Amino acid sequence: MEHFALWLAAFLTLGIISFLYKDNAWYKLTEAIFVGLSAGYWFVTLFWDNFYGKFWIGKGEHAYLYVGAFLGLLMLLRLIPKIGWISRWPLSFIVGATSGLWLINYFSSNIMKQVQATIFPLFSSQYGAGFDAGAATVIGNLVIFLGTFTGLVYFFFSKEHKGAFGYTAKVGIWVIMITFGASFGYTVMSRMSLFIGRIDFLLSDWLGMIL
Amino acid sequence: MVVPARAVPEPADSLKADSVEIIIAPPTSPVVSDFKYDDGNSLILTWVPSIDDLPVGGKVLSYHIFRSDNGGEAKKIAELIPGANYYKDEDLYSDTNYAYHVVALSSNSRAASFQTASIRPQREWVNLNLKYLFFIALIIAASVIYFIETAKRGKKLFVRKIAGLEAVDEAIGRATEMGRTILFIPGIHDMDDVQTLAAITILGRVSRVVADYDTKIRMPVARSLVMTAARETIKASYMSAGRPDAYNDDMVNYVTDEQFGYVAAVDGIMVREKPATIFLLGAFFAESLILAETGNSVGAIQIAGTARPAQLPFFIAACDFTLIGEELFAASAYLSGEPKQLGSLKGQDVGKGIAMLAILLGVLLSTIAAVGDTETITDILNFITRVFTVTN
Repeated sequence: MEHFALWLAAFLTLGIISFLYKDNAWYKLTEAIFVGLSAGYWFVTLFWDNFYGKFWIGKGEHAYLYVGAFLGLLMLLRLIPKIGWISRWPLSFIVGATSGLWLINYFSSNIMKQVQATIFPLFSSQYGAGFDAGAATVIGNLVIFLGTFTGLVYFFFSKEHKGAFGYTAKVGIWVIMITFGASFGYTVMSRMSLFIGRIDFLLSDWLGMIL
Repeated sequence: MVVPARAVPEPADSLKADSVEIIIAPPTSPVVSDFKYDDGNSLILTWVPSIDDLPVGGKVLSYHIFRSDNGGEAKKIAELIPGANYYKDEDLYSDTNYAYHVVALSSNSRAASFQTASIRPQREWVNLNLKYLFFIALIIAASVIYFIETAKRGKKLFVRKIAGLEAVDEAIGRATEMGRTILFIPGIHDMDDVQTLAAITILGRVSRVVADYDTKIRMPVARSLVMTAARETIKASYMSAGRPDAYNDDMVNYVTDEQFGYVAAVDGIMVREKPATIFLLGAFFAESLILAETGNSVGAIQIAGTARPAQLPFFIAACDFTLIGEELFAASAYLSGEPKQLGSLKGQDVGKGIAMLAILLGVLLSTIAAVGDTETITDILNFITRVFTVTN
């Protein structure tokens, strides 16, 4: 049984990888198995985690769970065309509540904390110390300050990017692009490790070529 | 409710007696108070450490915190290192009375403080720590309302060009001319992600043009709620275009919640249907490059956008146009030109203006204060820092 599972895993792995050559029947088969199995798995998981695990078990202790269950029930009214429009209510609730919740979260983390973290003396290690910071610290401070400020200028939509404002915005997009370049390299390396993991599975677990 | 303090007997412990007992003084002045601006589930206990708790040559090895619930037996709830003088007790109930005492321990003896008064955690309805956040949010909200009303009165509000969005109509026109499908991928998160909301809003505009041009749109999704919202959005667009009969539910179909199962299916759709235009807008993770590369390989014009910094580099590398972060949220206002959305966008710019001003002023004053340290500058600087400091 263990051998069968190993061969099946190798068969499916190679089936997915075969997509790199071109779309083919093997890939279509593995795709269908992957999609079908995962959809079924998620249905069962969500049913037991949410409906049973959260609502059914917790309904006695937390009456507000009935509100969620009621909204969920309204969603199912889509199945009855005549009153299907009622399913827009829970959707409106989700969209409205999400917007409200994220407004504060984003505002706090993306504006308030960002601004607070960007306010520091550019050329000093601490207040009252004079211009005592080393070259590396000063460069680091300037990058943080100018990067944040010019980045904000780039994302300011109410003014055309022309003249001094345009040049500042250009510096901002350069800072952003350099950041993306560094991030690209870092993430590619982590993807390589995933690929190496699958190759390792094929060569060592399946074929036994690496011990 | 406050119950008077009383002395407590020392609880039994497993300390072994050595031949010479090291006597230590007890911690003093234990005070328990409510932790401000929480949900009524935390208390703060403070005390003055034992006089034998010294940084060098101190006899105190640790402090044990004991708690009595509703006058019951005191139980040990925490062990702290020497030098500690406060403890935050969390996960409490607002309908229970709690009293504490602190025990200092040497290698073979112990000394207990008096027990504190007994109090209940209080729930505050307003978190005053967030008052500045509230005021700034109020300014931005007022700006949004002002700009919405201004736009409603017919005044044209300027929004700078966003390259990726200029290409939307062109991309849809291309699909129409080629007689091929438009593929719209709204990311893999649910409707509780603001990026998905932005994607669905843009979908409204895209599907409206699609309905006008009588182009085909295909939208595989990874979340059932997104499927419902997308169907509603496309349906509304077809109705407003005066072509409700051309809409059908199969334009949007659920695939699977599983990240890479979804990717495998979408890749399959791309290579089999060869869409002329692909929109990748929303919350994307490790699948971003796989999707963008496959779309690129079938020759589709791709317009992507996400607020996830780690995925943006892949979209920039593999797509024709990319909406970077905030541009994704500005897109719907830019495309629709509706007063409400334009007003929101302009209001957000007021927020960015406040942030830019605060950073500029803050850094300037900080740099001056580091040299001169004048009182006025320091006061202004402290005020700016206080305004932007968020403590929960």
